[in-house]
Amino acid sequence: MASKTKVEDINRNIYDIKDKDNYEFKIQKGLSREIVEEISKKKNEPEWMLDIRLKALEAYNKLELPTWGPDLSELKMDEIATYVKPKTNLNTSWDDVPEDIKNTFDRLGIPEAEKKSLAGVGAQYDSEVVYHSIKEDLIKQGVIYTDMETAVREYPEIVKEHFMKCVPITDHKFVALHAAVWSGGSFVYVPENVKLDIPLQSYFRLNSPESGQFEHTLIIVEKGASLHFIEGCSAPKYNKVNLHAGCVELYVKDDAYLRYSTIENWSKNMMNLNTKKAIVGKNAQIDWVTGSFGSKVSMLYPMSILNGEGAKTEYTGITFAGAGQNLDTGFKVIHNAPNTSSVVNSKSISKDGGACTYRALVRISEKAKGSKCSVSCESLMLDDISRSDTIPVNDIETDEVEFSHEAKIGKISDKEIFYLMSRGLSEEDAKAMIVRGFAYPVSKELPVEYAVEMNNLINIELEGSIG
Amino acid sequence: MDKLLEIKDLHVSAQNKEILKGLNLSINRGEVHVIMGPNGAGKSTLANVILNNPQYTKISGKIRFEGENINELKTNEIAKKGIFMSFQSPEEIPGISTLNFLKYAKNKVSDEPVKSFKFRYLLKKYIDELNMNPKLIERNLNVGFSGGEKKKNEILQMLVLEPKLAILDETDSGLDVDAIRTVSKGINMYKNDTNAVLIITHNNKILENLDVDYVHILVDGKIVKTGKRELADEIEKNGYEKYKKVEEE
Ligand SMILES: Nc1ncnc2c1ncn2[C@@H]1O[C@H](COP(=O)(O)OP(=O)(O)OP(=O)(O)O)[C@@H](O)[C@H]1O
Ligand SMILES: [Mg+2]
Repeated sequence: MASKTKVEDINRNIYDIKDKDNYEFKIQKGLSREIVEEISKKKNEPEWMLDIRLKALEAYNKLELPTWGPDLSELKMDEIATYVKPKTNLNTSWDDVPEDIKNTFDRLGIPEAEKKSLAGVGAQYDSEVVYHSIKEDLIKQGVIYTDMETAVREYPEIVKEHFMKCVPITDHKFVALHAAVWSGGSFVYVPENVKLDIPLQSYFRLNSPESGQFEHTLIIVEKGASLHFIEGCSAPKYNKVNLHAGCVELYVKDDAYLRYSTIENWSKNMMNLNTKKAIVGKNAQIDWVTGSFGSKVSMLYPMSILNGEGAKTEYTGITFAGAGQNLDTGFKVIHNAPNTSSVVNSKSISKDGGACTYRALVRISEKAKGSKCSVSCESLMLDDISRSDTIPVNDIETDEVEFSHEAKIGKISDKEIFYLMSRGLSEEDAKAMIVRGFAYPVSKELPVEYAVEMNNLINIELEGSIG
Repeated sequence: MDKLLEIKDLHVSAQNKEILKGLNLSINRGEVHVIMGPNGAGKSTLANVILNNPQYTKISGKIRFEGENINELKTNEIAKKGIFMSFQSPEEIPGISTLNFLKYAKNKVSDEPVKSFKFRYLLKKYIDELNMNPKLIERNLNVGFSGGEKKKNEILQMLVLEPKLAILDETDSGLDVDAIRTVSKGINMYKNDTNAVLIITHNNKILENLDVDYVHILVDGKIVKTGKRELADEIEKNGYEKYKKVEEE
């Protein structure tokens, strides 16, 4: 019993099945003005969008790499192809999607989920969205759900007003990169007082090696409207680094509600440098539910900007880092108006030398009197070689607030393992059960299929193949 | 006699402190054994060591179950051989309902897949007999259960898992009089000619309705006296003073 269980490099089964790198067009590696112009031309974009791209490229060249977080030295931009067009256009029927690509999404359960529990689906493969659908009755109510390229063409005024406005292109180096080479992503517009009772889901799959995915998600939930949006991402594993630098901009207008659920399951050669922000209006609410599993390095700090009086946000997130992974995540909230509130519930699990850092920001401005913020972070380390850190930054400019921060770092309990083993569970079963229990407050917030997927991921991570 | 458990000259330590100091114990099928002893004597240690809790180190001695040396087996393998322990303080495990856990564990210790219909029927019967709130098994395993509810849940697990040997570590502690009677009832429901029970207790109450075969007094890591039922009554009256003195001589 004393001998430590050896959990080998995991078999991520369905996620690791690679398709042939069978693109229609793959842009030369690296980043230059020519490359940016060529992407824009391929997309037949209006001038104003090319202008944004070129400004962003300029910003990219000026901005420094962040030095305060994980080591990014393995990321070499001149080894990354920023645009890979799959061998198909946007389809509205799965029958029209090429066999190999459709099989990939079948394995990930997307068409199945679409039939059962979704109001609309978007599926991106490498740089372009290959499938998009939305229920007829939602179209009648004025809901728009389409890929970003279509939005640029058909709703230029809305896009101009919101694109890279919530997240400015100078925010950090990878936002600038994103804005220069963005491709794909989803656009959602929910008109006033329209409430969707079943979710929309976009899935992003990166198949091509030595490439990047830069999808842009723009969601506008108008006054009194309500939406649940689900985002899923995955990629098979390659030996060389892949890059994901998506950007998510969310506008939640007065009295509106948005729930944004994510399961990120990138392969362990992925640099995931993603940016997500929401601007929240009066008495509106955004809830984030996030599970971050894969990637070699993640730097991901969703932010809620509570600009309207009485705005609310909740963040429920879990991060799981195994061997060779450095996941630097956290939630940021800006309280910018009176009586706003935020609740943060973050969990992290690290094993086999993996590192999880919870890097948080809470800013409560002078104006935000009567606001409330409560933060709880819990970390579970499965062995002595793994790491877990909490780095909170709290910047509170008024006394009239209720603020609480609670951080707990713990090891998996030997007593609990023994209890479960005494009931016939193997050590791996017992650990997986305890970890699932630890993750439960997050998984219960996820859509059912994703909760199941998350538990499977935990099982895969912990049960592995034992030598 | 049909020997189930046999422990010979067992020495056990934890954190370099010797706790069990040459313990012998033999249990046959069909028997009910009781272990009593002062706080810190090593009773829970004994139960833990039988199930090979890695917190304890066996220095020497043998533990055999159905004639097989189980010293080196992992806890779950020992559970599968048919040894069960009711914990002095059961752990709380969030994220799995008690019901699903019972099914899961039953499948782990069984050789054949568990029949759903029979499982449900028996479970309902046990819950009734143990006067448990049927809603309780829908809640996460032991999470937020009262002390008494946790103990009854241990007995429920014993009934469901049907071990050959059940070790009950102070299952009666902290229970009200009615609950103690319910636990004895549970033990009687479980007990038959082919299995055995080892009851660790400080209290005679639980023994009232049980057919006790042997009472052992465990002091300072050894069994210093074995007797019949009356020994428990004597301890109740006079305490352990006499046996501790014997030790010091
Ligand atoms: N894991 C451990 N590490 C160190 N010391 C331990 C450990 N477990 C038990 N001990 C010590 O061994 C002795 C016996 O403990 P044990 O829990 O077996 O007593 P017990 O007879 O069950 O007592 P009680 O009647 O109070 O339950 C005590 O002194 C205890 O502090
Ligand atoms: Mg004890």
